[in-house]
Amino acid sequence: MASKAKDVLFDPVFKNNPIALQILGICSALAVTTRFDKAFVMAVSVTVVTALSSTVVSMIRNFIPNSIRIIVEMTVIASMVILVDQILKAFVPAIADQLSVFVGLIITNCIVMGRAEGYALKNSPGMSFLDGIGNGLGYSVILLVLGLVREIFGSGTLSMPGLGTMTVLPLTSDGGFYVRNGLMLMPPSAFFLIGLFIWILRTVDPSQIEKE
Amino acid sequence: MEQHLSILFESVFSKNLALAFFLGMCTFLALSKSMKTAIGLGFAVIVVQGITVPVNNLIYQLLLKKGALAWAGLPSTDLEFLGLISYIGTIAAMVQILEMFLDRYVPALYNQLGIFLPLITVNCAILGGSLLMIEQQMTFPQSVTYGFSSGLGWALAICALAGVREKLRYNDIPAGLRGLGITFITVGLMAMAFLAFAGIEI
Repeated sequence: MASKAKDVLFDPVFKNNPIALQILGICSALAVTTRFDKAFVMAVSVTVVTALSSTVVSMIRNFIPNSIRIIVEMTVIASMVILVDQILKAFVPAIADQLSVFVGLIITNCIVMGRAEGYALKNSPGMSFLDGIGNGLGYSVILLVLGLVREIFGSGTLSMPGLGTMTVLPLTSDGGFYVRNGLMLMPPSAFFLIGLFIWILRTVDPSQIEKE
Repeated sequence: MEQHLSILFESVFSKNLALAFFLGMCTFLALSKSMKTAIGLGFAVIVVQGITVPVNNLIYQLLLKKGALAWAGLPSTDLEFLGLISYIGTIAAMVQILEMFLDRYVPALYNQLGIFLPLITVNCAILGGSLLMIEQQMTFPQSVTYGFSSGLGWALAICALAGVREKLRYNDIPAGLRGLGITFITVGLMAMAFLAFAGIEI
């Protein structure tokens, strides 16, 4: 039992990563990763929403009529997202402002829906909670790596959540040596980085390579 | 008029939902393997976006906005926190109604759109369009233009990607990059091309 729980929790992080392998939840992965603290807040929010909504859907799974399950899941998820949205607006208003519509878009993030539909409907609340956390972590890994790379090379800084911003690569404009790479802050770089990330992941684990 | 033209241009080119805001990416990547599916899906998105954005605008202006319920004698009620759940409800309902309507009156189109219609409920481009419209505080006529043109921009992007991917089939791609990896890099290059439109104003 303990090893099954561990599998449920850690499989989605590398072996069966929701972003790299299942093409789920990409939208927000790209848009919020220009700064590390933004990516961090988003990663935490998605993990919390996935875990909570999986648990709730799993708890009521025996009472949901099959024909209206999607709308019930939607309602559960939307309520969780409203909760997270209000908390973010109250405690970290600056970051909530920058994340703008992307917090709301967690509702249509396919990871949340996919886990509710694919796992929580068939398993006990405890396991669904772990599964939600695991998939949230898989999503967080990619988000944090992207945020780290894009911020360090794009602005030369690293903004730790709660600790403020520190300089990693001093910019030439401030007398340092690094000329900042503006492309890293633009949308296309996120696509390139995820593409390369997938390449690395699949070279390490060739079983993930797609068949023609 | 000028304002509407500029919304049209912006949402099709410089602020393209797919390539600048990364919305609807899951479907964008998963269903762009052939041109035919891309066109069907693109058309469905234009229709649904063109309906739901104005409807959500009305819901926001008449029910949710602070002071919007003044006609009911509740001038200080602020229901904005109910926004998310109302918009997604509207979208799900609209898609359902559209599906039934097409099934009854335009069966040819219904068969063509087929599986794509229900999929659109969970397409973040649709919800994202509504949320961006609310964020920019658009008026009703503006939201009509915005809904239609942002759908058009998305459709254009997925058709362009499908065209590129059909040609990619003949290329020799490193094993690890095949499929999803190279698609990401292609989309990145396309997004760069669309960046060239940034800053152009009409």
